[in-house]
Amino acid sequence: MSMVRDLISWGCLLAGGFFCLVGAVGLIRLPDFYTRMHAASVIETLGAALILAGLMIQAGLSLVAVKLAMIGLLIFFISPAATHALARAALVRGVQPLLASREQPSSKR
Amino acid sequence: MFAAAACALLVTIAFALTRAALGPTVFDSLLAANTIGTCSMLLLALMGFLGGRPEFLDLALVYGLLNVLGTIAVLKYFRHGDLGDPGEPEESSAP
Amino acid sequence: MLHASSVLVFLYGFWLLLSGYFSAFLLVAGAGCALAVMLFSRRMGIIDREGHPIHLSRRALFSYWPWLAVEIVKSAWDVTRRILHPRMPISPTLARFKPSQRTDIGLVVHANSITLTPGTITVEIGRGEFLVHALSEEGAASLAGSEMDRRVTDMEAGK
Repeated sequence: MSMVRDLISWGCLLAGGFFCLVGAVGLIRLPDFYTRMHAASVIETLGAALILAGLMIQAGLSLVAVKLAMIGLLIFFISPAATHALARAALVRGVQPLLASREQPSSKR
Repeated sequence: MFAAAACALLVTIAFALTRAALGPTVFDSLLAANTIGTCSMLLLALMGFLGGRPEFLDLALVYGLLNVLGTIAVLKYFRHGDLGDPGEPEESSAP
Repeated sequence: MLHASSVLVFLYGFWLLLSGYFSAFLLVAGAGCALAVMLFSRRMGIIDREGHPIHLSRRALFSYWPWLAVEIVKSAWDVTRRILHPRMPISPTLARFKPSQRTDIGLVVHANSITLTPGTITVEIGRGEFLVHALSEEGAASLAGSEMDRRVTDMEAGK
């Protein structure tokens, strides 16, 4: 039984690490600020959630698991607000997004 | 297995640091800093399990709160040039 | 009154879970702190249907959050594929659309859900209008009148 639990939690931890790495690669590879935010949000949602889930399975039913759940709730409630503030501030300061649509070819810089 | 996840997080932090150093605009650096904060939070939680000391989780919680506050404060500074600015009067509800 | 007592219970539960010690002094101190914070927030006038939306909690917990979790996994996988693809098939788009919620809290839940799903970010919230940056054109096209919009409206109306 504990073997199965370990396997599941290791799978979660490894998958979480993988999605964090994907986000990091995206942070380097993607072409402009607004697209990089999408890569960061992969880290903040799936990466964080999977790593925390893996740790929670290891912790079992205890106060430690409750604290991990609180960290998860904190990330999930606050990170959208920070992301939105960042995007809005960038737009207000005039950072032009790179767009793919055909009607605005002039905005490609 | 905790060590493998911790390594992945460290590599992520290294990439984000590269982006913070390269970042053409200040917002790229801020985004990278925010990402580093999230990763450090997870890394702190993992460290607690690696060393068998769950007290690190409290540090992770406090670090997360400070991280978000820091991001918002720096943003406000770069947008208005002043931490005490009340913002535009017609500003609608931010989520 | 209902909201005030529920805030009190939540704050005290939060204290107990974070402290993890159950000595008499800490229990009483926690109750005092929870009561003080509740009274301060009451004085600030932030304990109401908007500041502490317990009327949404049951529907949020059992129907909206599980659906949102599945949606996050699906779109995160999509973004992952686009990042790791050698040619990076992204087509960033800014889209404007009108959400169908009427209350502020419904709008906030909708905007936060959009930002939380990887691949779409709410950049601006105006008078009943969202400006959304999407990583792909398909993501932007499926925003107006989406299932998320419908679900948030249902939750807000209490159906």
